[in-house]
Amino acid sequence: MYGGGYLPDDQKRHLPIAEDPDKLAAFETRIDRGDKVEPQDWMPTEYRKQLIRMIEQHAHSEIIGALPEGTWITRAPGFKRKMAIMAKVQDEIGHAQLLYAAAETLGKTREAMINDLINGKSKYSNVFNYPAETWSDIAVIGFLIDAAAIVNQTLNAKGSYGPYCRALERICYEEAFHLKQGHDAFVALATGTERSRSELQAALNRWWKPIMHFFGPSDKASVHSEKLMRWKVKMASNDDMRNQFLDMYVPRIWELDLTLPDPELRKDSDTGVWLFGDPDWNEFFEVIKGNGPCNAERLAVRRWAEEKGEWVKRALRPRNEIYVTPLA
Amino acid sequence: MKLVSLDPRVCRMDMAEGAAPDALIQENDHWPTYEVFAQKKRGDQHQHVGIVHAPNGEMALVLAKEQFARRGMCVNLWVVRTADVVATSYEDADIFDSTPQKTHREPVDYKVKDKINRYNQSKKEKNEQ
Repeated sequence: MYGGGYLPDDQKRHLPIAEDPDKLAAFETRIDRGDKVEPQDWMPTEYRKQLIRMIEQHAHSEIIGALPEGTWITRAPGFKRKMAIMAKVQDEIGHAQLLYAAAETLGKTREAMINDLINGKSKYSNVFNYPAETWSDIAVIGFLIDAAAIVNQTLNAKGSYGPYCRALERICYEEAFHLKQGHDAFVALATGTERSRSELQAALNRWWKPIMHFFGPSDKASVHSEKLMRWKVKMASNDDMRNQFLDMYVPRIWELDLTLPDPELRKDSDTGVWLFGDPDWNEFFEVIKGNGPCNAERLAVRRWAEEKGEWVKRALRPRNEIYVTPLA
Repeated sequence: MKLVSLDPRVCRMDMAEGAAPDALIQENDHWPTYEVFAQKKRGDQHQHVGIVHAPNGEMALVLAKEQFARRGMCVNLWVVRTADVVATSYEDADIFDSTPQKTHREPVDYKVKDKINRYNQSKKEKNEQ
């Protein structure tokens, strides 16, 4: 699972960094050739910075994403669904570990990343700042948020940074189960009783706006985005990823006679592009800023875990150990 | 103010309010890293699969099992402290450049069929004379 909405830094605050033109040209030639970049290679400062930012956001999203789902482990309907959601939550934490390790190879320590999550400097996906009010919310998350994440992750697995690609390959392999169990839970409710259908419909209505926000605002016109795509940091525009998601999954919602709370949502038969109403981008920016319904709780829980576990880490900490950046 | 949540476990926590200090966690709090190598089945090579943070080798094995052997096959794990790995540098990758040219190390470089055919041909011609 992951926040697909890559959130770039405010570019106005940064002056462009002058790079050695020869090194930059050689770097770009290698990217064009399809070579993967490894941690020890020379890379533009901006490339390193944006990758750290992106992989770190992704890692935080995995950790925080496990919180709304973890809430429902104790109340999952039936033993098999309890086992599945437990396995999924463990996977998500494992994915965060893989991603933190990939980001570490770029020179930011795991301690620094987690500090920045807890003190609010780093961002994570908007969707995890909403509550999972019912089991139906878990079905919607497991099916649609994971589906959206897979669209993003499958594309990014073909990016240029070796350690991130390797982490994503393993993640995508495990996510296949997440999507399938989510779809299974979703279909079970949709084909169940009148009451389970109406509860699922209500959850779908609640989640549709955050799901439309998931890939982030349109970035087609952004020069910044163009450079990141040239360097294969970003593999598709936010709009293209959202369109791919709508194309794959809206029909699978409609086939169950469920509705989506957007009267303007339809596929243009000439262009093949999905059209939709304004999903209220103001709300998206407010949630990213920290003002969503669950932001404070998510960070407080993460901080609690770090503070309460501190003595264990300290007790086991090896003496005189010098940190070395992981190799790959 | 007490944090009110949908999650009863969260309601039971005695949680600190407000933003965390800038650096709640000290460097190296999360322990050093170990490189993990997994063997899928007996007879296979061990393969590098990633890293874990751990306070010692024994814990690194426990965490590596959770992280890299949750599904699929695995019969054996190795962990090595990252600091103990000695590696070549990508900058010196040209030391391998001439390797593909060393075709005298490849079986395809030794073509005998033509010679045998020529030999048999000349033998046949001699016999016909």
